[in-house]
Amino acid sequence: MSWFRKPKKPLTSEDRRDLPSDVFSKCEGCGEILYREKLSQNDHVCPKCGYHFRIGADLYIRLLSDEGSFHETESELRSADPLEFTDLKPYRDRLRAAETKSGRGDAVVTGRATVEGIGVALGVMDFSFIGGSMGSVVGEKIARLGRLALEEERPLILVSASGGARMMEGIYSLMQMAKTSAVLARLHEAGLPFISILTHPTTGGVTASFAMLGDVNLAEPGALIGFAGPRVIEETIKQELPDDFQTAEFLLEHGMVDRVVDRRVLRDEVAVLLRHLFVHDGAGFTG
Amino acid sequence: MATVPHLEFERDMVELQEQIQKLLQLAEKKGINVSSELAELRGKLESLREETYRNLEPIDQVQVARHPRRPYSLDYVERVFTDWMELHGDRAFRDDAAIVGGWARLRGQPVMVIGHQKGRDMKENIHRNFGMPHPEGYRKALRLMRMAEKFRRPVVTFIDTPGAYPGLGAEKRGQAEAIAMNLREMARLRVPLVSVVIGEGGSGGALALGVTDRILMLEHSVYSVISPEGCAAILWRSAEHRGKAAKALKLTTSDLHRLGVCDEVIPEPAGGAHADWDRTAASLGDTLARHLGELSELSADDRRKARWAKYEAMGAWLESPLASGSPS
Ligand SMILES: [Zn+2]
Repeated sequence: MSWFRKPKKPLTSEDRRDLPSDVFSKCEGCGEILYREKLSQNDHVCPKCGYHFRIGADLYIRLLSDEGSFHETESELRSADPLEFTDLKPYRDRLRAAETKSGRGDAVVTGRATVEGIGVALGVMDFSFIGGSMGSVVGEKIARLGRLALEEERPLILVSASGGARMMEGIYSLMQMAKTSAVLARLHEAGLPFISILTHPTTGGVTASFAMLGDVNLAEPGALIGFAGPRVIEETIKQELPDDFQTAEFLLEHGMVDRVVDRRVLRDEVAVLLRHLFVHDGAGFTG
Repeated sequence: MATVPHLEFERDMVELQEQIQKLLQLAEKKGINVSSELAELRGKLESLREETYRNLEPIDQVQVARHPRRPYSLDYVERVFTDWMELHGDRAFRDDAAIVGGWARLRGQPVMVIGHQKGRDMKENIHRNFGMPHPEGYRKALRLMRMAEKFRRPVVTFIDTPGAYPGLGAEKRGQAEAIAMNLREMARLRVPLVSVVIGEGGSGGALALGVTDRILMLEHSVYSVISPEGCAAILWRSAEHRGKAAKALKLTTSDLHRLGVCDEVIPEPAGGAHADWDRTAASLGDTLARHLGELSELSADDRRKARWAKYEAMGAWLESPLASGSPS
């Protein structure tokens, strides 16, 4: 799991002193000091350079779905700590702390929603819950969302943000890769669309399972997306990585994502895609 | 005296072996009869070996799974199958020698065999990248599995890798996509699929050959989401704590069988697979044939449904925050 990316221009303590952080944010892309309120009106994208600030699951849900249309499913599921895992502290304590901090039961929110009136199954990962790592609950919620999509014939949309597998659940966390991919296999055969939206950062077991399996893969500008974390690669090959390595733009260039999409037009693009892939309205050519 | 490569916990055994060696030399030089002493030492060695291998710590299991003399995929291909014909390449980029695949016969029946392949010495290891595949390796594997599907032959995979290679080229060519596609497509195949973890089951790079109707494991093999060293470095902040990490990860065959991930553990001879390749291969072949026989009785639809149900059931969770203790 590689949870953290080295910021291009880290804030110095001096910067911090100058910035009442509840009013201003400093752009990590261009250094511009931005009014928080303005930033939030702009979907947390820097108006000057287009840098995408990290946003949580709730904001993605609001960004993508029609107002008031999202209805959460399976919010009660919790990790069972199957291995009774303890490292420097017990996994149970980590889970409790994460739930208190994030206000949710695990690292993904799932539910039904509409996007410009089209009913979808929507899942959004939350990086603030143990680095968005995938354990049994994340895998199970995504599997149930996939089955819901199958039963109700809805397109599936998943927004990823993850450091990879939840190693405190050992082999079960690895098997969630197979579990989610097996459900996607059924969705694929049923001819239902799956749109995968990869946000900063998406690495490890999540990238190497459902996140890369979209009929269409969309990536957020500047997002770190990869299999291995940059530090692991640097340690393996003993050299520094190029600046753009594993960015959304790098993946686009190498053919791994279909489009890099500005957050401010993400919802429009998803709606257009859904109509291309899914909505059949009478007249026209058919396949 | 030159000794065979050995592991930390095997030191006492190696010492006993050396004593036996010395005794034999002495007997030859002085012409004395040492048969009773020899029998005693040999008996001691045998029981020490059994005792040691019965009580291996998880981190020792990891060492056995990585033993430099442990049989690799091609060693089993040679002993378990006949008529092996290796096939090469992903038809897009190159042939990845970290994964081998091809046609062979098991008990006379054609099967597709695919496996990770480690090298026996430094030169071969460089060629085979220490059994760490690039995307093209996984794509070759998928091409061969689809060929098996076309000709309605079962697929057998051997899993033995530290993991998928984390490198520049691997990322550029879509390591994550290659693994993900194998997971999805293996779930869809209509032919019988059996995987055998023969050594190291290293994370997603192992799983990419492992979405199968049956998951078998050789007794001293391991299967884990992350290496104990990697886990210790992150959670204990130092790779030195790999012993603790190995224990916590529950990566041994007895744990994995209990957790419902491993369907059957194939016993290894005392002293591990590396002590007797032929005997290990013989029991592996028998077990493999039995499982393929069982799977062949089912219809393709039933097999796939059972495969989906198997993977969709994996994990442990509570249905609500108030549920006390009992995982579903
Ligand atoms: Zn900016």
